Amino acid sequence: MKVKFSNKGTTLIASIIGELDHHSADYVKQKIDNELIKSSTKNLIFDFSNLTFIDSSGIGVIMGRYKYITKLNGKALIVNICNQTSRMLEISGIFNIIPVYDNIETAINIM
Amino acid sequence: MEPINEMKIEFLSKSNNEAFARVVAAAFVSQIDPTLDEIADVKTSVSEAVTNAIIHGYENKNGSVKMYCKLFERGVEIKIIDEGKGIENIEEARQPLFTSKPEMERSGMGFTVMENFMDYIEIESKIGSGTLITMFKTFKSITNSKCY
Repeated sequence: MKVKFSNKGTTLIASIIGELDHHSADYVKQKIDNELIKSSTKNLIFDFSNLTFIDSSGIGVIMGRYKYITKLNGKALIVNICNQTSRMLEISGIFNIIPVYDNIETAINIM
Repeated sequence: MEPINEMKIEFLSKSNNEAFARVVAAAFVSQIDPTLDEIADVKTSVSEAVTNAIIHGYENKNGSVKMYCKLFERGVEIKIIDEGKGIENIEEARQPLFTSKPEMERSGMGFTVMENFMDYIEIESKIGSGTLITMFKTFKSITNSKCY
């Protein structure tokens, strides 16, 4: 499990590499939160192109970050999802609150 | 309906065993060649049930989790068993978004995921003795009754 970060202006892109479950949740939370508290960060993009598994513990991680960023008037977006991730986002209702795009470029243009 | 194969494993209630359990279940059901999406459904459901046993059953203390799998020609039955604290109110626990641990950023979607990804889920629990989750899934992609 790894989280890689890059910045595009005030947008933080968090690429999650590996499996996001209860075991890796605390690590991923901590990594992202350390970046989010930086004053230069306004919006957050979750890049799931290298996410190989997610369960409801991972949904908890997304929801927590989403709540934080929207409280500060920022936006959260998700890009590059596979079938399993898509089904999890659908069942958990994430699709209704966080927009999902095909790739980072499209997400940044829309933001 | 007679199973064509069976397996049992037992492991410590450590969070790194969540991945271990779901990968074992995925490898076991692969024998009858379900689709990748069907395997992902089984993997995710096992992950939810084992995570529940570790977080809620044993509350992150040491314990033992058992997984029993029975493979049929077109489906699988999986039991996840813990001897932890048990569920007080099963109906409440099954509700989407219900969690007894909101402070841990739990989404409360575990049972909802299992209900959606498997055909059938049964929860038996006794306070102080533990919880048994039984799940069943038919792999609709497998149509031929037998192939040798």
